[in-house]
Amino acid sequence: MNILKLTLSYIRQNKLGTALNVLLLGLGMATIVVLLLFSKQLDDNLQSNVKGIDLVVGAKGSPLQLILSSVFHIDTPPGNIPVREARELSMHPMVAETIPLALGDSYEQYRIVGSTPALLDHYEVAVVQGASWSSAFEVVVGSQVAEEEGLTIGDTIVSAHGIGGGNAHGDHPLRVVGILGSAGSVIDRLVVTSIETVWAMHGLHSAEEDAHDEHDEEDSHDHEESESDHHDEDVMASDENLEYTTLLVKYKTPIAAATLPRYINKETSMQAAAPVFQTARLLSLLGTGIDAFRVFAYVLIFAASLGVFIALYNAMKERAYDLAIMRTMGASRGFLLKQVILEGVLLALLGTLFGLILGHGAAELLGTFVGESRGLDISGFFFSIDELWLVALAIVIGVIASVLPAIQAYRTDIARTLSQS
Amino acid sequence: MIELRGIEHRYEKDLVLSLPHFSVDSGGHALVLGLSGSGKSTLLHIMGGLLRPTAGSVTVAGVDMSSLKGHQLDRFRGKHIGIVFQQMHLLGSLTVEENIRLASYLAGKPQDDARIREVLTELDLFDKAKSYPNTLSQGQKQRVCIARAVINKPELILADEPTSSLDDVRSENVLRLLVKQAESYGATLVIATHDQRIKPHFENQLVLDDPVNVTQSAVEEAISR
Repeated sequence: MNILKLTLSYIRQNKLGTALNVLLLGLGMATIVVLLLFSKQLDDNLQSNVKGIDLVVGAKGSPLQLILSSVFHIDTPPGNIPVREARELSMHPMVAETIPLALGDSYEQYRIVGSTPALLDHYEVAVVQGASWSSAFEVVVGSQVAEEEGLTIGDTIVSAHGIGGGNAHGDHPLRVVGILGSAGSVIDRLVVTSIETVWAMHGLHSAEEDAHDEHDEEDSHDHEESESDHHDEDVMASDENLEYTTLLVKYKTPIAAATLPRYINKETSMQAAAPVFQTARLLSLLGTGIDAFRVFAYVLIFAASLGVFIALYNAMKERAYDLAIMRTMGASRGFLLKQVILEGVLLALLGTLFGLILGHGAAELLGTFVGESRGLDISGFFFSIDELWLVALAIVIGVIASVLPAIQAYRTDIARTLSQS
Repeated sequence: MIELRGIEHRYEKDLVLSLPHFSVDSGGHALVLGLSGSGKSTLLHIMGGLLRPTAGSVTVAGVDMSSLKGHQLDRFRGKHIGIVFQQMHLLGSLTVEENIRLASYLAGKPQDDARIREVLTELDLFDKAKSYPNTLSQGQKQRVCIARAVINKPELILADEPTSSLDDVRSENVLRLLVKQAESYGATLVIATHDQRIKPHFENQLVLDDPVNVTQSAVEEAISR
C-alpha cells in the first residue's frame, strides 16, 4: 500500500466520473495535438519544398498562385512566359541557375512536369530504376506515383490535359523509363519529362509535325541528333512562339533578393514571387483558422478542468469519513493534501494520455484520407517536442483543479467528522 | 498505560467534560460508561489524540501528547494507538487486506505480510482478504475494524461503542476478540459504551454523567447506579 495505490483505488472506484473527465480533457488535448502536428508538419513540408528556390518567375497574376502551382504543384499556373524572356533572365548576372517548368497536364491525380534534369538535381533525387528520359514521350515517375499506381519500367500512361480529368491525350501515350527514389518532398508525387514532351503533347507539335525535335535541339541535342533533320531558321521561328510555364530561380548573391524581383516585375512581362515570403503569407492566413480551433480546444480543456475540480470537490464530501479515519491511523494533514493533489494530477495526466493517443490517431487518419489527396505528407507517427508542454499543462491543470478540494481535506476536523456520522 | 490529569473540555464555553484523574495500567482493561451525550466519545477522542482538551494532559506510553505537534501527533497515534469506531467505517475503494495494510502504511510502519496473515486468521477474515467492504456483513466489518486497530500492535486500544449495534451473541464475540487481541501482546484496552451487557466483564470502570463530578469507581458503584 502506498499513496499512489490509494489514489488509483479512488480513481478506479469512480469509474463513470473518471471516464467522463478523461474523455472531456482528452478531446480538448487531442484537438491541440492535431493542430500541433498538422501545423508543424505543414510547416516542415512547406520548408522542405521551398528549400533552394529563391524566386519563381511566371506569368503575371497572383503571386501565391504562382508559388502553389510551381513549387507545391497544387494550383493551376497563372499562365505562360515566353522562352525568349526566360532565357534572357537566366543570363542575368545575379542569377546562378534557372530551371524551366512546363506544366498543364496530369496523369491520374499527379502532375506532369516538363523540365530539365536539373530539376531532379534540385530535389536531390536520383533515378533508382531504369534511366532518365532520353527522347520525347519518355517519363520518369516519382516514388509515390510508382508505388500507388503500380507502375514499372516500360509501362505506358495516358496523360490528361489540365489537372484532374481533362481530355485525354490518348494519341500520345507516355512511356515510363525511370522511377525516382523517395525524396520526401513534392517530387515524389510528380511525373517528370522533358520540356519538349509537354510541348509536343500540345498544339505546338500538331501544327508542325517536327516541332518537338526543334526543342530537343535546344535542351538535349546530344540524344536527338538522328531525328534533327530541320533548319536552324525553323528553330528560331518556333522559339518565338514557345513558352515555359514558370522558371525556378536560384540567386547568385543574396543581394539579388532586394533588386531582382522588382526588376522582373517592372521591366518584363513576367512576374516574380519569392516562395519564402509567399509561404509565410499562406501560413499566416491558415494561422487564423488554426487559432480559432485552438481557442475551441482550450475551452474544452477548461471545461474538463472544471469537471475534475467538481469531481474532487464532491468526492471530498463523500470521503469526509475516509479522511478522518486515515487521520486516526496516522496520516498527517499534509498526506491528505498530497493525496488529493496527486489524484487531480493523475486524472489530468490520464486525460492527456488519452488525448495524445486520440490526437495522433486523428492526425494519421487525416493524413491518410485528406493529406494524401492534397499532396500533404501528414503522419500520426510524428512527435513534436511541444507535446511535452501538454504534459506540463496537464500537471498544472491537475494541481489547480485539486488545490481547493485538497485544502478541504487538509482542514477536515477529525473529531467532529467522526461524531457527526 | 494511559494517564489523564485535570482534563477539561469545553464546546463554546459550555463545559462538557471534566475529569480530575483517570488512569489504566499497562495491559489493563477499563470501561468508560455513560449515556449518550455524557461526553464518552469526547473523552475517547481526547485519549486518542484526535481532540486536544481545553485543559489537562494525556500521557500514553510515557509521552505527553500535548507536547506533540501536528504531524508528530498523527504519527504517534498511528504507531501507538489503535481505535475501533462505532461506525465500522472502512475505505470502500480498498479490499479488506488493503484496508489493513493502509493502517501500517499510514503509521509509517513496514507492511509485514506475516503479521497481516496472522491478524486476518485470528479474526477469521482470511477468506475475505480480497473482498471489498460493501460485500461484508456487519460482523465481518466490525472484525476488519478490529484487525485494522491492532495490526501495528499498539500500546493502547480504544473502542467507541463497539457493541451497541450488535445482538447479544455478536456483542459477546466482539468483546472477546478485543480482549483477546489486547491480552495477546499486553495492550491497554479502554472501551467507551452505554451497553449494560458489557459492564460485568470489567472491574475498572469510569462512569460519566454529571460533567462536573465524575470519578473513577469500583465495579460495585457502577452496578448500583
